[in-house]
Amino acid sequence: MNLFVILKRTFDTEEKISIANGAIAHDSAEYIINPYDEYAIEEAITLRDTHGGEVTVVTVGTEESEKELRTALAMGADKAVLIDAEELDHSDQFTTAAILATYFKEQEFDLILGGNVAIDNGTGQVGPRLAELLDIPQVTTITKLEINGTDVKIERDVEGDVEKIETSLPLLVTAQQGLNEPRYPSLPGIMKAKKKPLETLELDDLDIDEDDVEAKTKTIEVYLPAKKEAGKILSGELNDQVKELVSLLRSEAKVI
Amino acid sequence: MNYALTDEQAMIQKMMKEFADEEVAPGAEQRDKDKAFPLEIFKKLGKLGIMGLPFPEQYGGGGADTISFAIAVEELSRACGSTGITYSAHVSLGGAPLYLFGTEEQKEKYLVPICTGESFGAFGLTEPNAGSDAGGTQTTAKLEGDQWVINGSKCYITNASYAKHLALTAITGNEHGKKEISAIIVPTDAKGFTVIDNYEKLGLHSSNTTELVIDGVTVPKENLLGKQGEGFKQFLITLDGGRIGIGAMAVGIAQAAYDRALAYANERKQFGSTLSKFQAIQFKLADMAMKIELARNMVYKAAWLKDQGKKFSKEAAMAKLYASESCMQICSEAVQIHGGYGYMRDYQVERFFRDAKLTEIGEGTSEVQRMVIAREIGC
Ligand SMILES: Cc1cc2nc3c(=O)[nH]c(=O)nc-3n(C[C@H](O)[C@H](O)[C@H](O)COP(=O)(O)OP(=O)(O)OC[C@H]3O[C@@H](n4cnc5c(N)ncnc54)[C@H](O)[C@@H]3O)c2cc1C
Repeated sequence: MNLFVILKRTFDTEEKISIANGAIAHDSAEYIINPYDEYAIEEAITLRDTHGGEVTVVTVGTEESEKELRTALAMGADKAVLIDAEELDHSDQFTTAAILATYFKEQEFDLILGGNVAIDNGTGQVGPRLAELLDIPQVTTITKLEINGTDVKIERDVEGDVEKIETSLPLLVTAQQGLNEPRYPSLPGIMKAKKKPLETLELDDLDIDEDDVEAKTKTIEVYLPAKKEAGKILSGELNDQVKELVSLLRSEAKVI
Repeated sequence: MNYALTDEQAMIQKMMKEFADEEVAPGAEQRDKDKAFPLEIFKKLGKLGIMGLPFPEQYGGGGADTISFAIAVEELSRACGSTGITYSAHVSLGGAPLYLFGTEEQKEKYLVPICTGESFGAFGLTEPNAGSDAGGTQTTAKLEGDQWVINGSKCYITNASYAKHLALTAITGNEHGKKEISAIIVPTDAKGFTVIDNYEKLGLHSSNTTELVIDGVTVPKENLLGKQGEGFKQFLITLDGGRIGIGAMAVGIAQAAYDRALAYANERKQFGSTLSKFQAIQFKLADMAMKIELARNMVYKAAWLKDQGKKFSKEAAMAKLYASESCMQICSEAVQIHGGYGYMRDYQVERFFRDAKLTEIGEGTSEVQRMVIAREIGC
């Protein structure tokens, strides 16, 4: 089976993030594989181990993204492809999906797996957009996947409920938490990762014209959420507390 | 000069950090209370190929370097000092002498199970009357026919309850009135070999520290490790490497204590502001951050020298000495910053404080490290 995983290098939202000149300060952030993409990688490796075939991880990023690709190789993926889009000044979900579509049109694939959303921009668009451009079915936020020949049975998370879906390959799915438990890369995996093939493609190599993938959106401003002030606990008689609460909502919080 | 980790080292660091946070840290406090050996954690580390990390792949090892070993020990110790010392002793006291001095057959037979995690590694040097002065060994091994007959005892031996075999030092002769010490590999299930696990310790409660009683234990002649009479030289070399491990362990515990202290100082309010706004507390935290940085750099330097095949005895002693004394100071200040809360178990710095002390004692006390450094600088 030809399995592909689309993955993104993102900053770790559990680490400190700071903003400089209207953008995330790169040197202070910690970078990771988007956590939802890790489920996709894990699922692809497990599928390969049962059905045979090969797992290729693909990212649209910069040279820096090689680290995350190597980590995926250390986890057990077979090959990695870095589509270097450094030259683009602005890019958005349209850009990424368009570039990926150009790449995938030249590939033979049975299943493309991605994360449900990337934790940085949180749009969840790249997977669905890519499926549309490739004209294949897509199922998002999946929590269970079973493949039998070309028949596919899926369970997906719909706001806490489970939806069961039957479809067929070729297919694109995006992973939700609960699909599996991503493995740690093993030491032999880490030591072997460098020897596995990692191909770098420039936009030129894909015959992509910058104008054709120009971002459809523009970022006006980036800011951190307002710092949460310490809460207030009222005390005293219940009636007095209610009175105080109402007056605080009026005078301090100014919501009434 | 290049201060960056290699890609492999960086990946090992990231993996070990995640593993330590997710698999080791959560149960650490409870294991310490229950004196429960972290066997499950080590099964997982075995599956990840970490147990034989710095040994060649042909023996089931990971083929990684000493810097990666230091990284692994630091990350485990940051989550749990007991797990850290267990791992450090397993590799640098258990595995290393077999790798450095073993014959090909001995490596196949004894190093491979250590690398795969089938057996823990241990090393029996210290005796009731031979600690810092390890040459004062009283355990004897007499060659009778083609068998060594061993009698004596060892104390404070890490991991022995979980080791299938271990190397120990014994007197194998007396030439010109000078004791001849050799290392011999002994299976722990040999007749006459008893492992006693009932010390009551200050800290590191979930690590395994044991007493060995060796009463007429016989092993074949070929169980001699390295050359006869070179046991003393061999364990000095072994301890040089082990000191990098204890140094890394100290850095890990210190980092954990500092992380807690900084977070607490930013949260706890007295006199209307957080503790971290008081200069007296800021200076403590600044000193802690500085010492950790310096200690880690020295541990890495000693490890790097070892990886380059250069002499590293002095640097390993410096790294171990500086890291362990810094660790003790940092843990003490971390408790201080927590005030009364720090004295309680709930805030964890209490455990770090207890665990830290061993780093100033094991694999050569601070005094012994100063003796090593003094000798190296030409005193
Ligand atoms: C938890 C734990 C795990 C251990 N694991 C192992 C293990 O796996 N294998 C093993 O073989 N050993 C192990 N040890 C033993 C450890 O290495 C020794 O305890 C240590 O080397 C000190 O020896 P000692 O306890 O006999 O102290 P002593 O040598 O009696 O020292 C007592 C004090 O005197 C000082 N002193 C001694 N000589 C001098 C001198 N010449 N000049 C100045 N000061 C001096 C020392 O620095 C120390 O402060 C372990 C110990 C502990 C506590």
